[in-house]
Amino acid sequence: MNEALHYHFDVDGANFSNAGRASVETKKLLRQLGVPPEIIRRISVAMYEGEINMVIHAHGGDADVYITEDTVLITLKDVGPGIRDVEEAMKEGFSTAPENIRALGFGAGMGLPNMKRYSDEMHIDTKVGVGTSIELWYHLK
Amino acid sequence: MLTVEKLMDKLELAPIELPDGTRRITGGYAGDLLSWVMGRANEGDAWVTIMTNMNVAAVAQLTDVACVIFAEGVEPDKETVLKARMHGINLLGSPKGIFELCGLISEAMLADEHEERN
Repeated sequence: MNEALHYHFDVDGANFSNAGRASVETKKLLRQLGVPPEIIRRISVAMYEGEINMVIHAHGGDADVYITEDTVLITLKDVGPGIRDVEEAMKEGFSTAPENIRALGFGAGMGLPNMKRYSDEMHIDTKVGVGTSIELWYHLK
Repeated sequence: MLTVEKLMDKLELAPIELPDGTRRITGGYAGDLLSWVMGRANEGDAWVTIMTNMNVAAVAQLTDVACVIFAEGVEPDKETVLKARMHGINLLGSPKGIFELCGLISEAMLADEHEERN
């Protein structure tokens, strides 16, 4: 990833209503850089899901965006509880989100499946009690 | 061309925020689970929902829907309205139910297509 453009966002875990700031900002940046709209849409949907997950489960975290001529990489890192069973979490409809989060329209068990669906490659590195790191890769060419 | 304004008139929708009334509507979507909407609503859709919190504004922005229509007479939270104002998102309201609204939107889209063809 030489000469990558790099943008960093703190995802504020205390304020649920602010969730989405990083993905909205990233969407703007990618627009300015002339990334095709369909790819921007995929990136912002996946990144928003990641942000929401970090707010719901991990008290926030770090979102980083790396852009080169032919790839976009989004990394989402938190020091939350980790994912006990990744395979289970990847199933549509599986959710451990509490009731108050469901009342806000989240917790449908679509977070990780959407992130996978809307990325070219997804890597999850998670350890219970330590945290979760997710990489979302997009090929521009 | 079916614009947000035109749909508003046809369906007697109340404007809550209307920063871009000339925006074209190219489809529709109904749903309240935001992740579901994120994954399935398309750019240019009229999105019908009863979810009112400010995450609705974020999802509208990210999916780039043409407008959000609050059904069943629900009113969006203050923060949702503020965020919509800040980011140029059209918000409309109606006392009608989701099912009825979707039927009417679909009808309006078909009528408009028909008009354009003739």
